[in-house]
Amino acid sequence: MSGSHDHDHDGHRDHSHDGHHHHDHDNHYSDMQARVKALETLLTQKGLIDPAAIDAIVETYETKVGPRNGAQVVAKAWSEPAFADWLRRDATAAIASLGFAGRQGEHMRAVFNTPETHNLVVCTLCSCYPWAVLGLPPVWYKAPAYRSRAVIDPRGVLAEFGVTLDIAQKIRVWDSTAELRYLVVPERPAGTEGLDAAALADLVTRDSMIGTGLAMSPETGA
Amino acid sequence: MNGPHDLGGQMGFGPVAPERDEPYFHAEWEKRALGITLSCGAFGAWNIDESRHARENIPPADYLAASYYEVWIRGIETLLARHGFAMQQELLSGEAQGDGAVPKRVLTADMVAAVLAKGGPCDRPVDAAPLFAAGNRIRTRNFNPTTHTRLPRYARAKTGVIEAVQGSFVFPDDNAHGQGENPQWVYTVVFSGAEIWGEGADPTLTVSIDAWESYLERL
Repeated sequence: MSGSHDHDHDGHRDHSHDGHHHHDHDNHYSDMQARVKALETLLTQKGLIDPAAIDAIVETYETKVGPRNGAQVVAKAWSEPAFADWLRRDATAAIASLGFAGRQGEHMRAVFNTPETHNLVVCTLCSCYPWAVLGLPPVWYKAPAYRSRAVIDPRGVLAEFGVTLDIAQKIRVWDSTAELRYLVVPERPAGTEGLDAAALADLVTRDSMIGTGLAMSPETGA
Repeated sequence: MNGPHDLGGQMGFGPVAPERDEPYFHAEWEKRALGITLSCGAFGAWNIDESRHARENIPPADYLAASYYEVWIRGIETLLARHGFAMQQELLSGEAQGDGAVPKRVLTADMVAAVLAKGGPCDRPVDAAPLFAAGNRIRTRNFNPTTHTRLPRYARAKTGVIEAVQGSFVFPDDNAHGQGENPQWVYTVVFSGAEIWGEGADPTLTVSIDAWESYLERL
């Protein structure tokens, strides 16, 4: 985290930025600290949970399962037409071939951006997200502003991510209402012909795989 | 149910405000909330649909003011009490007061990698052939159940086109309430922006949902 970032302190409040919900964040937050601590203590006393299992879960999603997984999938799809075709037909199996599977990746679908159509993924009803390839969802993905507006005003939402689509490009919004989990395959940027899979993967941002971003170009990117 | 969770098309929540370089967790308690939720899920006492419904039942003002990990904690407390693992007094005091229900399993650290790798697939075979095929025009049902459903309000009584038959899956509307998995075919259904939002809709917009067969009527 950047210490100069003005959202560091209250970043947990997904809608604190525009003046909504100005109850006392710090007090509320320490309330949650105490509440969750009490719950963990109680469940541990009762022999229902193992705090070391919680540590292992957290470590998994901090160090092993995250958007670098998805970036590898996209880079391979850009590089290998046969893999792209497999990903289109059976995303769950194609993704599993790279070792990415399991919780919230059981039933995967890959959707490919084209010059004609941009894809955007949301879960209006809760927070469904392809954990196996993208890890844990960001706060904004789970918060009311995104969930309410992605389906009715996707261009307005994209503008808040700094993305402006061509006026003629169609937008397809995928509301994850069932157990299918969607991975957007962004368009391959121009000027990347000579790059290997690792270099390509560096251009694939998390947001580009949700549809709220585009892949970076080699000049401006990482 | 028409709960606070059913947010598609609602207004007034302000800009999305993505956070640059967002950390995985914003506080230590969020890590524990994640781990507690997944650990309790491993009890085998409830399913993901009941779990979602417990969150949907948080009073609207609380739901909308809460961060998502807080939503999870409120949901898990409801489930722990409902299924006899912890009494309300215990949840309030943080002190154990006698035995409660016994889980089918307790998730220990050595089990975590395998449990996460296995996940919880919810595709199930059904005997009947799918009623619809890609290209069929359908209308979604108009209903307002007080129970769990995955047909969002904005997509009820709307005309759309079946894009794909996605397989057969556990039916959440029943499964959330202990009425069995009763799997059905699931379809990706596409609607025009104008069909859903009417006047002023983005003419370049289409929206899809994944819909269980009983949500749909042939046109």
